[in-house]
Amino acid sequence: MLSLNNIEVIYEDVILVLKGMSLQVPDGQIVALLGANGAGKSTTLKAISGLLKPENGEVTDGSIEFQGEPIHTMPAEDVVRRGIFQVMEGRRVFEHLTVEENLIAGGYTRADRNNLKRDIEMVYTYFPRLKERMKQAAGYLSGGEQQMLAIGRALMAKPKLVMLDEPSLGLAPLLVQEIFDIIKRINEEQNTTILLVEQNALLALDIAHYAYIMENGRIVMDGEPDNLRENADVREFYLGLTEVGQRKSYRDVKHYKRRKRWLS
Amino acid sequence: MDQFLQLTLSGLTNGAVLALAALGFVLIYKASDVLNFAQGEFLLVGAYVMFALVGELGWHWSIGIVVTVLIAVALGVVLERAVLRPMIGEPIISLIMVTIGLSSLLRAIVSTIWGTDERAFPSFIPSEPIKVLGATVTTDKLWAIGIAAVFLVVFNLFFRRSSEGIAMRAVADDQQAALSMGISVKKIFAMAWSISAATAAIGGIIVANILGVSGNISGLGLQVFPVVILGGLDSIPGAVIGGIIIGLLQAYTGGYVGFGLNSIIPFVVLVLILMVKPYGLFGQEIIERV
Repeated sequence: MLSLNNIEVIYEDVILVLKGMSLQVPDGQIVALLGANGAGKSTTLKAISGLLKPENGEVTDGSIEFQGEPIHTMPAEDVVRRGIFQVMEGRRVFEHLTVEENLIAGGYTRADRNNLKRDIEMVYTYFPRLKERMKQAAGYLSGGEQQMLAIGRALMAKPKLVMLDEPSLGLAPLLVQEIFDIIKRINEEQNTTILLVEQNALLALDIAHYAYIMENGRIVMDGEPDNLRENADVREFYLGLTEVGQRKSYRDVKHYKRRKRWLS
Repeated sequence: MDQFLQLTLSGLTNGAVLALAALGFVLIYKASDVLNFAQGEFLLVGAYVMFALVGELGWHWSIGIVVTVLIAVALGVVLERAVLRPMIGEPIISLIMVTIGLSSLLRAIVSTIWGTDERAFPSFIPSEPIKVLGATVTTDKLWAIGIAAVFLVVFNLFFRRSSEGIAMRAVADDQQAALSMGISVKKIFAMAWSISAATAAIGGIIVANILGVSGNISGLGLQVFPVVILGGLDSIPGAVIGGIIIGLLQAYTGGYVGFGLNSIIPFVVLVLILMVKPYGLFGQEIIERV
């Protein structure tokens, strides 16, 4: 459905962030994109959604195709109209608008605005807590509720592909679990394809059908979650487990520090 | 009592016009963070275009209003496209200078075409004295308040109910997030400028109907600042309430105190409000969750 072919992204004409990045997102699946801070995950999403331009970034090489159509030169609004919706990192709800107005803004590109009411109800069935607060300014919601609103806003646009940028950021573990369950439900019930960027590798691998690991602006490893979980490097660096499969204890940390094998 | 009612009424009239002008100012500031110093000239242009259509060409006033508003909308779009868009991302001081330049330019164009003499406006609103609650007032003031009120209500509905209006407030809140849901920020900017020019034009027509057409109308633009500072730079209800408060204050001080205090009082309020409540009465302080 979505494929990135060898793309290169440069910020401010000098900073090379993505160095030949390739990625496939098949229809109807949840694909996870994992990686440390600064690996280029968010940049990848922005390259897809056309949000690079306001930050002085540019796709200088390669191509991004969505359903066979190149989209890497399109402005953001056209990308949204084609069915790709990015839920930005840090929630970014419209603080001074009410919950309901936030949802309406999410459905801005819809041609069938008469159905907005029905879809707002649909969002409320996924997130009943939003319904209780529909007339409140979104700025006063808790972090978890804001994240729910951010995802609900995406649903309002009826996208084919939702890109979630760190939905677990700054949330309590229980809430994170709840939100991931809902992401999974949305994927199954609405048949929405999902590209999930996460730091929380354990959770992301739980719900994903396929995962990519990114470092320094390129993909270093990819595979089914089960295979990745078996990989010694992934266990050590992303899941925090030792080779025996147990939680790492600082008592055992001695001189030998495992090095990443894929880098050299 | 008689005098009080009359003063209140003329204060409300004045306030309604200020509210319309301030509304446009707030709109532009909210959507694009630009302080528009040419707001007073929008009033001026509106008044003169209406004067030309109705007074010189002899059109019916209802067509006159519609065409004037359309011309104002076009003016707003053209200005945004030609002058403001190339300035996106420039420092705020350059933006302010550009709008100041714009205001001189518009004033110069108007006086080149129509001269600087004060002209009588073709009064299309009937001005007969009637008695309201025992006080004698002229009907044109009542009409002015009514027209302004209708437009203020319409704009309020637009911002609360229509998805374009909500999108506009969304852009004001977080531009990039708005962009990520397919809201075209450029289109919203153009809309802000055209709506702003349109409300100002209506304000200009109302003032001109009461005071006649002259270059002085643009002086109202200066009084927009106390209004928006009082109401809060980014608050639409603030613009309306601020406008009414300033209008009333001017009428009362002019009527009861005199000595030209009515032209100073808005700026006294400006200084006071900046000292005690710099965000204004309804301005948004940054929401912090606790």
